[in-house]
Amino acid sequence: MLAFALKRLGLAVLVTLTVSLLSFSLLFMSGDPASAIAGENAGAADIEAIRTLYGFDRPFLVQYADWLFSALRGDFGQSYYFKLPVSELIADRLSVTMLLGVCGISFALLTAVPLGVAAAMRPNSFIDRTALFLSVMGQAMPSFWFGLVLIVIFSIRLGWLPPSGTAGWQNFVMPTIVLGYYAMPAIMRLTRAGMLEVLGADYIRTARAKGASEWRVMFKHALRNAVVPVVSLAAVQMGFMLGGSIVVESIFALHGAGYLAWESIGRNDLPTVQALILIFSMFYIVFTFLSDLANAWLDPRIRVG
Amino acid sequence: MTDPILSVRRLTIDIPLAQGTMHAVRGIDFDLKRGETLCIVGESGSGKSLTSLAVMGLLSGKLRRSADRLEFAGIDLMRQKPRTMRSLRGDRMAMIFQEPMTSLNPAYTIGDQLAEAYLLHRRASRVEALARAVELLGKVGITAAESRLSQYPHQLSGGLRQRVMIAMALMCEPELIIADEPTTALDVTIQAQILRLLADLQREMNMAMILVTHDLGIVARIADKVAVMYAGEVVEQGTAREIFDNPRHPYTRGLLRCIPVPGKTKPGEHLGSIPGIVPSLVGVVEGCAFRGRCDVAAPSCADPIPEQKEGAEHAWRCIHGQAEEGAPA
Repeated sequence: MLAFALKRLGLAVLVTLTVSLLSFSLLFMSGDPASAIAGENAGAADIEAIRTLYGFDRPFLVQYADWLFSALRGDFGQSYYFKLPVSELIADRLSVTMLLGVCGISFALLTAVPLGVAAAMRPNSFIDRTALFLSVMGQAMPSFWFGLVLIVIFSIRLGWLPPSGTAGWQNFVMPTIVLGYYAMPAIMRLTRAGMLEVLGADYIRTARAKGASEWRVMFKHALRNAVVPVVSLAAVQMGFMLGGSIVVESIFALHGAGYLAWESIGRNDLPTVQALILIFSMFYIVFTFLSDLANAWLDPRIRVG
Repeated sequence: MTDPILSVRRLTIDIPLAQGTMHAVRGIDFDLKRGETLCIVGESGSGKSLTSLAVMGLLSGKLRRSADRLEFAGIDLMRQKPRTMRSLRGDRMAMIFQEPMTSLNPAYTIGDQLAEAYLLHRRASRVEALARAVELLGKVGITAAESRLSQYPHQLSGGLRQRVMIAMALMCEPELIIADEPTTALDVTIQAQILRLLADLQREMNMAMILVTHDLGIVARIADKVAVMYAGEVVEQGTAREIFDNPRHPYTRGLLRCIPVPGKTKPGEHLGSIPGIVPSLVGVVEGCAFRGRCDVAAPSCADPIPEQKEGAEHAWRCIHGQAEEGAPA
């Protein structure tokens, strides 16, 4: 198990390095950074001055190493737009995004897994049809529309929840539902399919032959074998929620990191974009690593690989 | 004579299909006493496995089971609630399955899986359950039993896994054990070991055993009684001696011609085979299901077939039999 974990950790570090190299090269792939900073009305001399000031005249690898080591210390440079350290700018926004992501994935898992198990226990029953209906709805409804509908009902008509902002936990209820409901269908269908397959397995019959109760058969014997792919999917979706919840963040005016990334791209604020890309990728890498560990714990056969 | 521990009368299993109802098991009778081994033989699809699952109450939801009597140790299994069935399964009646490779849960250790039934049915601690597991692993001939407890199924060979399955079934000292083709998936060399083990344990623990198999060689070695199944019916049953020395049903005779007899079958000689295929059991099945493949079939084989008897236990379903007494097998 330890060897497996170390192997995965080594792999994660290598992926991180690759991603960091890619996100750093963005600076040069999107045109001359010096003229971008200097602005539209700058002359050639100004651009050259900025080039030396920011060190863009140094060799690429030197600049990369410089940036990487600063990044390791938490220093991502200055935002061109806000004229603030990028790390400060991000820290604030990231806490909003992370809270939203954790709430969103929890909501998705807590609804999808029980629903998937219940649907698999009685295929084609009322509950299975209901689960199917809910998941098709979740897949078909665009987040921005669903978000607006919730605002209309709960903020405007009923006045129960604030429509925007980050003042208290109430602000996170609707965004959590919108974000979680978007991730729910895939998790639910995968849980259902996994459970259906596992419930036909010989070892489930063995468990019944021992006199195990239905509850025990479902949750001890079947679910543990069925959730392995669900864990991997949830990890990817978690990464997606932390990086890509731009739509939800803008509808509810939650100024999170996704929204910041979108704004920074528009402003050509490259240090911020670089830092955010690196951090979003790190989320994926960390969650994939954690899901690998969780799966190895769930299924001992994975530990060998 | 003691009362039978298992008594089955007119057990019927129907499978509803899109094309109609499949009569997979059609009114079978048998009795089994403590300490006896009954072998159920027959080809694939003859209803052997369904019969054993029906006794355990493990048939899947769509299958319909009915019987005039299905009694285990005086308990009417047809009328028990699921909860009562659960308390019997794994405790007083246990089952060993055909596929040791897939019958163990890949996510749990051998120790966990062995202890489970004991923890479910006995008021025992985990330590006691694991001690019992070690004892039984020793009994089924697994060396270094203690260290096996923390291993996972994928770390064991097929033969070892089947030994674990046997140990698992015996955890609570069941009165009835049903082994459904326990050696089919194993190497030939391992098959003999496992069967000898089962036969020894059965005698030692004085259990009643039902062994489902299509291997008559196995039957000859360990059966007290034999039931021959064909197309969902028991076509002939009796003591092992009666079945092997004096088979009456043409199907039983056909089966016996298919196995080589040491000393009698000459090298290079062709073994017998039964031509044709098993008839469809979907829809109404009338008369003898074997008549299409039978070389002594007569027009009256299409009518209901009476059961013929000889002595206390030997019975068969064929219009022939009495007249051909003593005919060579």
